Amino acid sequence: MLSNFFSYIVQGTAITIGVTLIALPFGLLLGLLMALIHTYGGKISNRLAAIYSLLLRGVPPIVLLFILYFILSGKVINLTPFWAGSLSLGIVSSAYQMEILRGALLAVGGGQMTAARAIGMSRLQAIQSIVLPQALRLAIPPWSNEASIVLKDSSLVYALGVPEILRRAQQLSATTQQPFLAYGIAALIYFVLVFATNRALDYLSERTKLPTHP
Amino acid sequence: MTNPILETRNLTKIYGQNVIFKDINLKVNEGETIVIIGPSGTGKSTLLRCINLLTSHNGGQVFLDNQEITAKGHDEDKVRQQIGMVFQNFLLFNHLTALDNVMIGLTKVKKMPKDKAKEKAMEELNRVGLADRADHYPGQLSGGQQQRVAIARALAMDPRVMLFDEPTSALDPELIGEVLGVMAKLAKDRMTMLVVTHEMGFAREVADRIVFMEKGSIVEEGSPDDLFYHPKHDRTREFLWKITELYGKKEKEKGARE
Repeated sequence: MLSNFFSYIVQGTAITIGVTLIALPFGLLLGLLMALIHTYGGKISNRLAAIYSLLLRGVPPIVLLFILYFILSGKVINLTPFWAGSLSLGIVSSAYQMEILRGALLAVGGGQMTAARAIGMSRLQAIQSIVLPQALRLAIPPWSNEASIVLKDSSLVYALGVPEILRRAQQLSATTQQPFLAYGIAALIYFVLVFATNRALDYLSERTKLPTHP
Repeated sequence: MTNPILETRNLTKIYGQNVIFKDINLKVNEGETIVIIGPSGTGKSTLLRCINLLTSHNGGQVFLDNQEITAKGHDEDKVRQQIGMVFQNFLLFNHLTALDNVMIGLTKVKKMPKDKAKEKAMEELNRVGLADRADHYPGQLSGGQQQRVAIARALAMDPRVMLFDEPTSALDPELIGEVLGVMAKLAKDRMTMLVVTHEMGFAREVADRIVFMEKGSIVEEGSPDDLFYHPKHDRTREFLWKITELYGKKEKEKGARE
């Protein structure tokens, strides 16, 4: 019975990973754009980026998910629950990733930009070749945290009827009256996924670390 | 008379209510080394930043090769390619090796092919005596070595003028010599240089002209001998006397500790 349970729930893993692999990069792209606007943009765009971050981070993800889902799978844009849910999660995550990247950009410091401009680079060139490579390195550890949050928050799309891990566990729990086993297996799968993700990103962080001593 | 490579006319910088410097007129001729000295907070560093347009000015003009670079619509990035700058805190690109630090301006800004850029970068590293450190990251280099790589990075762009903003102020005393040595060699090779420094020994030996700045204006300028031995203004004498005394004290303390 245990293996039946497991194989039923584990089928949702692909969807969970799928949601995460859409939401995370989408949030990264959007978050990076917003972080750059906030750091290097003019007064007005800077203000707008700050408001974007404030609003998205001030509301529970599940509430935003329902609102964004309502927009993304509505009459104008008509996406499947899977895509609407994934992109919504990505938008929510973008605000958090924006703050991570903003911190990293600030940590790199204005001096690197000044030095790049001093050899004749344009702002864009300096951001691309000098600031970003350093900022992204600095961002890996806090980003690893955000990656595990998005992975876990992907369970929220169950509320939209997407048959990911939690949804399947809930179905099993209802039909077999074995909630502990069903949710326990779901928890175990999540744990393994998060653990592996964090480990992989730790490795990446270690690999991209800049040498300091001879 | 030769035309100056670099000239400022009534250059003025104001932050809010604070006048950083006012009506600075400075001429730098080809091959000249000019040292700017003066107390902290008199706008020396800001003056350098205004000259290569890293900081905006509030009045006056800057000319490079008789072209007004402060004119509206002038390509700032082009200007900075022709004016090298060395900073107090080195500001090497931390994610790049010494070689890549020197190369990146050539490949990204000058669009030079990689192999040619590498050749040129190695030449410049050789010039500052660091060819053997080419594959080291800034974190693996001493302060003096980092500053020499920074000089090579600026030189690689073949600038018309080099600006030095207190290049040795952040260095351990025993590392200052190697950086000043490289700079003295550049001066001997007739590189045009504008140097802000507190190193009076360097100023006296290497400078063609010394400019004494205080409270945002040029108080006095002249040859090292004139300034050190026959200063026209009391303030110049006072400043030079103080700074010499200060270094004398340092020497004494060092002697006492040993």
